[in-house]
Amino acid sequence: MTLSYALKRIGMFLLVVWLAATVNFFLPRLGGGDPVRQKMMQTAALGGNVQGGMDEVVAEYNKKFGLDTPLWQQYVNYLWDLLHFDFNYSIANYPARVIDIIGHSLPWTVGLLLTATLISWIIGSILGAFMGWPRSPKFLAFVMPPLLSLNAIPFFLLGLILIYLFAFRFPWFPTTGGYYAGTFPDWSLEFAWNVFKHSVLPALSIILVSIGGWALTMRSVIITTTGEDYVTFADAKGLKNRTIFMRYAVRNALLPQATALALVLGQIIAGTVLVEVIFSYPGIGTTLYYAIRGSDYTLIQGIVFFLILSIALATLILDLLYPFIDPRITYTKA
Amino acid sequence: MSLVVGQQTAPTTVPASAPTPVHVGRAARSWGYLRRNRSLLVGVTLLAGLALFVIIGHLTVDVRDSAPMSTGSLKHPSTALPFGSDKQGRNLYAVMVEGTPLTLRLGLIAGFIGLMIGAIVGFLAGYYGGWVDAILRVIIDVGLTIPALLILIILAMRSQAGMTVDQMTFAISCLAWLYPARIVRAQVLTLKERGYVQIAKLSGMTGREVIVKELLPNLLPYLVAGLVGSISAAVLAAIGLEMLGLGPFEAPTLGMTLYWVNYNAAIINGWWWWWLPPIIIIAMLFTGLFLTAVGLDELANPRLRNRV
Repeated sequence: MTLSYALKRIGMFLLVVWLAATVNFFLPRLGGGDPVRQKMMQTAALGGNVQGGMDEVVAEYNKKFGLDTPLWQQYVNYLWDLLHFDFNYSIANYPARVIDIIGHSLPWTVGLLLTATLISWIIGSILGAFMGWPRSPKFLAFVMPPLLSLNAIPFFLLGLILIYLFAFRFPWFPTTGGYYAGTFPDWSLEFAWNVFKHSVLPALSIILVSIGGWALTMRSVIITTTGEDYVTFADAKGLKNRTIFMRYAVRNALLPQATALALVLGQIIAGTVLVEVIFSYPGIGTTLYYAIRGSDYTLIQGIVFFLILSIALATLILDLLYPFIDPRITYTKA
Repeated sequence: MSLVVGQQTAPTTVPASAPTPVHVGRAARSWGYLRRNRSLLVGVTLLAGLALFVIIGHLTVDVRDSAPMSTGSLKHPSTALPFGSDKQGRNLYAVMVEGTPLTLRLGLIAGFIGLMIGAIVGFLAGYYGGWVDAILRVIIDVGLTIPALLILIILAMRSQAGMTVDQMTFAISCLAWLYPARIVRAQVLTLKERGYVQIAKLSGMTGREVIVKELLPNLLPYLVAGLVGSISAAVLAAIGLEMLGLGPFEAPTLGMTLYWVNYNAAIINGWWWWWLPPIIIIAMLFTGLFLTAVGLDELANPRLRNRV
C-alpha cells in the first residue's frame, strides 16, 4: 500500500504548509497592530517629518499592500499569492520584492547548510560505527566524551569561540561576511577561494557540534546490530571482519541515521540561521536578522514561511525515499 | 541535538535499583550510585556550580548594577569589577548574577508547563486512542516539523520594543509541550498492553485511576528526564530569539548579553571579558542539563548502564 502511504504523507505536507501559512497570517494580526502606520511613524520620527498628510500616506500604502479589505479577503488573497510564490513587496526596501531578496540569500544558506550537514553526518556516522564495533582500537573510547559535550551546546556558541580563536587571535580566516568587501560575486576560481575561506568557520561551528550527535545514534544502532543472531552466524561461518562490519552492521544502521536526519533537519536549519547572524554570512539568517532590525514585516513573514516550506518539503522527500533505501519497508500498517 | 536523549530510551520498566541486603545508609548508597553514574554526577555538579555562582553573586554584588551606566564604559576586569563592564557601562558581574537565574527561571517555567501539558496530552492520546489520538497526533507531528524558533519569531514580531521575559516564557511554554507529548504517548502505547495494566482494567479501575495509579509511577523517570530535555529546549529557543533581537531589551539575560556582544562586535574588538562569562555559563548550563538527562535516562533504564 505504498500509494496510500504516499498520498497520506503528501496530505500531511499540504496540511503543514497550510497551517504555517495560516499561523503566519493571523498571529501578527492578533494584536491589531498596524504595521504600515508603525513603519511610517518610525520613518517620520527618524526624518523629523511633520505629522501632516500622514493619514493619506497610510491609506495609500494600505491600499497598495491590500490592508484596507476585510480580513477574510486578505486571507484568501494571501493564500492565493502564496500559491504563486508571491510574498508581496518588502516594506522596508519598498521596490524590492520579498521573493527576490530571499532568492539572493538562498544559495548561500543552502550551500553552507548542505555541505556542513553532509560532512558532519558522514564523519559522525563513520566515527559512531567504529565506536560501536567491539573490535575497534581502544583509543576511540576517549573521543566520545569531548564530542558529546560539544554536541550539547548550540552551534552559534562554538561559532563565537571560533571567531575569537581563528579570526581574531590567529587571523587565519576572515571574521564576517560571505566574501571580501570590494569583490563582486562571479564564477572565477579566485572568488570561489574567497567564498571558501569565509565559510570555513561557520561550517566548522555546525560540523563540530553535530558530529557527536550522529556518532551517538550510529554507535547505539551498531551495538544493537552486533548483538543480532545473523551477525553471530556470519561470524561463525567465518566471514571476514570487514565484511561483517560493512555489509551486516553498517548497512543496517544507515536507515535509522537517515531517519534521524529527517527528524532534526528543522533544528539544524534554525541553528544555521543563528550561525549566519554571528558571522554576518549573507544567507537567509542574516537577512532575517536585518529584517527584524528594520521591522520589515513582509520580509520576516516571507522568510519564516519559506523556511517552513523547505523543512516540510525536505522531510516529505526523505520520507518518500525510505522504501527505496530500505526494501523491508512496505508501509502496510504502521 | 537534545533529541538524542529521548531516542535511546528503550521501552522498559525495570525498577531503578534493587534493594541491597547489606545495610548501608541511604546517603552512602546514593553516593555509590552517583559514582557509577558519572554523567549524572558531572551534570548535577555543573548545575550546582551555576547555582552556587548565583548565590555567592547575590551576596557580593548589588544586582541593580546590571543596569546600563552603573559604571564606566568598557572597563577591564579588576578587583572592583571582577568581569569588567560593557560598552553601555553595565557591571558584567552583576549582569551574570542577575541574568543566569532569569534565563534559568524561563527554562524551568516553560519546561515544566511544557512537560505538564505534554504529559496530559500524551496520556490522553496514548491511553484512549481513537479520534482524539488521531487529531492530537497530527497536531504533534505538524508542530514538531516546524522549528519553534520560527513560530516564536512571528509571535515576537508584534512587540515593537522586544518581548518581556514573561511574554517570552509564556510563548515558549505554548510550544514546549509537543515533544514531551510525543514521548509520553509512545511510552503509554507500549505500557498499556502490559499484564498489570490489563489486570487493573479488569478489576474495574476507571481510566483515570489506571493512568494515575499504574501508568504514572512507571513513567516518572521518563518524565523527569523529559523535563530536563524541555528545559534546555526552552532555554535554547529563548536565546535564539534574543540573538535575533526579539528578546527583552531591558532585561540582562544571558541571551541579551550575547545579543549586545554581537551588536557591538565585541569579539573582533578584543573585549574578551564581555563575551567569555556568558559563553562559559551557557555552555555549563547546556552541558549540565544534557549530562543530567543522560544520567536520568540511565537511572530510568538500567540496561543502558555503562554504555555512555
